[in-house]
Amino acid sequence: MIENRPLATWFSHAILILGVAVVAFPIWITFVGASHDAIRMTQVPLPLLPGDQFFINLKAAFVDGVGNAKEQSVGIMMFNSLIMAMMIAVGKIIISLLSAFAIVYFRFPLRMVFFWMIFVTLMLPVEVRILPTFEVVANLGMLNNYWGLTVPLIASATATFMFRQVFLTVPDELLEAARIDGAGPMRFFKDILLPVSRTNIAALFVILFIYGWNQYLWPLLITTDKSMYTIVMGIKQMLEAAEEAPEWHLIMMTTLLAMIPPVLVVIGMQKLFIKGLTETEK
Amino acid sequence: MLKRTHFKASPLPYLLVAPQIFITVAFFIWPASQAVYQSMLLEDPFGLKSEFVWFENYQLLFSDEIYFSTFLRTIVFSSLVAFLSLTVALLLAATADHVVRGTRTYRTLLIWPYAVAPVVAGTIWMFIFDPTLGIVSYMLHGIGYEWNHRLNGNQAMALIVLAATWKQISYNFLFFLAGMQAIPKSLIEAAAIDGAGPVRRFWTIIFPLISPTTFFLMVMNIVYAFFDTFGIVHAVTKGGPAKATEILVYKVYNDGFIGLDLGGSAAQSVILMLIVITLTVIQFRYIERRVEY
Repeated sequence: MIENRPLATWFSHAILILGVAVVAFPIWITFVGASHDAIRMTQVPLPLLPGDQFFINLKAAFVDGVGNAKEQSVGIMMFNSLIMAMMIAVGKIIISLLSAFAIVYFRFPLRMVFFWMIFVTLMLPVEVRILPTFEVVANLGMLNNYWGLTVPLIASATATFMFRQVFLTVPDELLEAARIDGAGPMRFFKDILLPVSRTNIAALFVILFIYGWNQYLWPLLITTDKSMYTIVMGIKQMLEAAEEAPEWHLIMMTTLLAMIPPVLVVIGMQKLFIKGLTETEK
Repeated sequence: MLKRTHFKASPLPYLLVAPQIFITVAFFIWPASQAVYQSMLLEDPFGLKSEFVWFENYQLLFSDEIYFSTFLRTIVFSSLVAFLSLTVALLLAATADHVVRGTRTYRTLLIWPYAVAPVVAGTIWMFIFDPTLGIVSYMLHGIGYEWNHRLNGNQAMALIVLAATWKQISYNFLFFLAGMQAIPKSLIEAAAIDGAGPVRRFWTIIFPLISPTTFFLMVMNIVYAFFDTFGIVHAVTKGGPAKATEILVYKVYNDGFIGLDLGGSAAQSVILMLIVITLTVIQFRYIERRVEY
């Protein structure tokens, strides 16, 4: 506190509370929508307070399934999303750690060529190369499986740069000491580099998990088999299937379930999340 | 760039970079070069014949009024999203930095929309503004304003701007707050002793000092609005009504996958790539410059 100005402080709190309310309003509406039955969700005006159908809708989503013919279980979609998010996050971290290690600790021909090749991926988001990438994946027979969902998204310039930055701050003396003690490159990588970059790995994991969970366009193109749908794209399919009379109570329940895991990750691991965000600048 | 001491040359580094390079070539560089090649082909709709036409697809695009208006619309859309989300986030960050108690609580309550997928955000806002059922459209009706984003192009645009802005506020807020908290307190205290009030201190000290963050965020917000908002548009409006919300990324997808105009879609992809490259270069030059601060 620099000076005592109660009016300014009250004013600040008022703005912040208003901001929090505006940010939270859509989620409140989602929760309310998920806690009423189908009939109530067709009567204008829609409720602003939660009803008593929340657990019935939850059971409907998981057990009976959602979508046009009630064939789509939210449980399976969430499981697919979880596998996809984990494979993307872990895969990106592993290949970025390895290539950053090679680029920082070895001198070999083509080093800079590889460095620039990785750099280029920064400039090619999925959205700008969808058609040809789709063709490659189709030719490799990776449609409708977890490999097709994740591998094309795994290359990561940002993660490689971040680990390169981390490795550059590791004192050279550690490498010299390790060599005097007779440790080979992989031993040095495993026993020294991995432990010193532990928090960076964790922070990156948080960001990449959210990135993977929220993928939309890519799963939409790659999966046609309902058993491979992820929850984020499943919502869109529900909206489409029920263009005439959407079952808003189930759609809102699915929406709520789709955002709970990444939101919990952000709130629960806030420190790592902020570290990851500001370090990768993603 | 390189360590002073390093390991001897051996096959090992090639093995280490192999997975990354393989994925980069197979799923980034090869498809991108295919897009460039395809953008110079004219294919019949059945994909039976194709003819190499050099830059004809580009000429068609640049003389196409629809493409031009899509371009313009994308610029309007991203400027609106960037301006609104930056302004709101700056206001919230400045007030959160000002209050001494509760900064962390407010931060927790404001950052989580970052974790919500764009298509999920779009679905929720669409529900809130549903023309027949939505709560806000009902309230608007109550005060005599008719809301129907399925028929009214401007309202549809307003809706996707709102959904995209809502999601981006938390990201901007975090970076602004981090920037403000890095400013030495002594600077603020000195100004306070000289009699500058909170508003004056904000405009003369805090705002100039966080200008690198603001610039970085501007670039990031434009990238976000250009590419990451596909899910919002696809879920909420599908580019309609009458193309009123069709932005560049959506048009690439729509012309390529739905319209099957492969050459035209590829040419659009290449133009988008050029835009990303420009933005990336701007961002990197800024990062290099920022090292001096």
